[in-house]
Amino acid sequence: MSNSKILANGVDVYYGSKQALFGISMDIKEKEVTALIGPSGCGKSTFLRCINRMNDLIEICKVSGSIKVDNEEIISEKTDVVSLRSKIGMVFQKPNPFPKSIFDNVAYGPTIHGLVDSKNELEEIVHSSLKKAGLFDEVKDRLNEPGTSLSGGQQQRLCIARAIAVNPEIILMDEPCSALDPIATAIIEELIDELRLNYTIVIVTHSMQQAARVSQKTSFFHLGELIETGDTKKIFTNPDNSKTQDYITGRFG
Amino acid sequence: MNNSVAKEKIVSLRKKRSLEDMRFKYYGFTAMCLSLAVLVFLLYTIFSKGYTAFQKTIVLLEVDYNQEVLKLTPDSSDEEMEKGKFFRVKKQAIENFFPDLSKSDIKLIKKLFSINVDNEIKDYFLENPEVINTKQQIWVTAHSDVDQLLKGNSRRDVPEDRRKLNDIQLSYVDQLVEENRVKQVFNNFFFTKADSRHPEIAGVAGSFMGSLFTLFTVFILSFPIAIGASVYLEEFAPKNRITELIEVNISNLAAVPSIVFGLLGLGVLLNVFGLPRSTPLVGGSVLALMTLPTIIIACRASLKAVPPSIKEGALAVGATKTQAVFHHVVPLALPGTLTGTIIGLAQALGETAPLIMIGMIAFIPNIPTGLTEPSAALPVQIYLWVESAERGFQEKSAAAIMVILIFLFMMNAIAVFLRNRFERKW
Repeated sequence: MSNSKILANGVDVYYGSKQALFGISMDIKEKEVTALIGPSGCGKSTFLRCINRMNDLIEICKVSGSIKVDNEEIISEKTDVVSLRSKIGMVFQKPNPFPKSIFDNVAYGPTIHGLVDSKNELEEIVHSSLKKAGLFDEVKDRLNEPGTSLSGGQQQRLCIARAIAVNPEIILMDEPCSALDPIATAIIEELIDELRLNYTIVIVTHSMQQAARVSQKTSFFHLGELIETGDTKKIFTNPDNSKTQDYITGRFG
Repeated sequence: MNNSVAKEKIVSLRKKRSLEDMRFKYYGFTAMCLSLAVLVFLLYTIFSKGYTAFQKTIVLLEVDYNQEVLKLTPDSSDEEMEKGKFFRVKKQAIENFFPDLSKSDIKLIKKLFSINVDNEIKDYFLENPEVINTKQQIWVTAHSDVDQLLKGNSRRDVPEDRRKLNDIQLSYVDQLVEENRVKQVFNNFFFTKADSRHPEIAGVAGSFMGSLFTLFTVFILSFPIAIGASVYLEEFAPKNRITELIEVNISNLAAVPSIVFGLLGLGVLLNVFGLPRSTPLVGGSVLALMTLPTIIIACRASLKAVPPSIKEGALAVGATKTQAVFHHVVPLALPGTLTGTIIGLAQALGETAPLIMIGMIAFIPNIPTGLTEPSAALPVQIYLWVESAERGFQEKSAAAIMVILIFLFMMNAIAVFLRNRFERKW
């Protein structure tokens, strides 16, 4: 049994007066892929964005409860959000490379965190991150071209490379394949399977097949509540809750 | 309703709808043609009135650089040469302009020449000191009255007492034309000299430099403040009543009549802080206040247009808010910001009222060399020239309008260039 990496306890989220999450408690294990599934607007992205405090950007969003990462409370005024985010990388729904070169995209994180002392070191990090993201062979001859010139799937892998360049422990993925075609999706899914060996991954997805393919644990959200969480195999074959059963068999959502 | 009736109805309505399409296309085309026609008419009027200002009339004058008259010797030093009695040489040259002139005629002929002729005779000598004790044929500037007559801007068929040149002077001018001792050349004075009471030697160089210094002040003051204010309001400020109030009032400020800013400059900058009157420093400060809201609005719009996903991406790799904003958002918003700034500067360039309030309407015959020297500005110069009664200034004002239009056109071209150069796709 692996250790728990993220421990959420009674997380409530309000957007203004509207409550979006109701007392979410969940335990995310180290070096596993946890998939968050559920119909649109069920709060799975909101929960994901609590983990690296991206919800801070939304003025009216209020988070209460407790989330512990490596036994450290992160829902607190005292949390150093910047170092939290360097520990928890994030990949977004739509690929969002910076309008800079491929190299600079990956180099940005290590540079601002002062992880490198020399140009060679930086190059090494950029190359190894691109390799880990399975993109290096495709772009090694054109590292100076803009990141936005890549195809959608390549851009998303560039964003993954950018996230792992700062050497995080956790990677959050918010529907990383929803803007991609099936082939690019397959490549990313394969990549997620490899990354699992070194990183704890939390992925939000609309595709139940994807959740079944890439994750070890699955959590089902519905109307802001966590209905059921457990081994992916169990959730997809023999869920405890009838709502989960209805959702995965396509009766609603 | 049966099926065929419904079909007929659809067809007739379809015809009506396509007619409507046609009509609107036609309306739009007419509106565009009208506005183009107005623009062409405006440009034509300005150009047809002003193009003659780019030419000046010069007269051939025989000058005898006699050393006795000049009170110089061939060995005189440069300083002594500066003090040569060139007005005496000029007087002599005019007395011998035509053979056997009477005293009253000499007086009349003197008025055919520009007041600047003394300087031209002197400059010619300083450039060629070896001409001492020789006679030289020099082209010198004619008086504006002669200039206007030959350009056809003033009429000769009005009664003598309502003309600038009397009959005797006219006959002399005609004689000059016949003998080819007068011609029209490119008017370099218009671009190298400041304002003058004498139209033939008045130019836009002074007011052009004044405008340039003023715009420089506007840019230095308003650009950093506008960037700071808009970045703060857009990215850092909490969204509450106070910031909302500030936002509304920035929009209000953009609509405040410019003369109010002029009053502010007069009351505060001149009277309270005692800054020097009529200077680009004060003019620029007032115009900067006026331009600030415009730039802030443009800057905020372009900051808003940067996709939030870029900022999120930066924050997600652990950038601080400041880093995310200044590494990613501001550079992406820069083309729009620069365009807005240049549009604001163009607006400031054309502004007259506030400059009048702070005294930049004074008559300044020198080209300013600094921010704290009294100077004019292009729009005020136009205003001054349009107001003057002398014929010679009429074409000057139209020509100055051309200069300001070209200046504006160039600023807009720079704005377009910068936008295309720095615009990045995402």
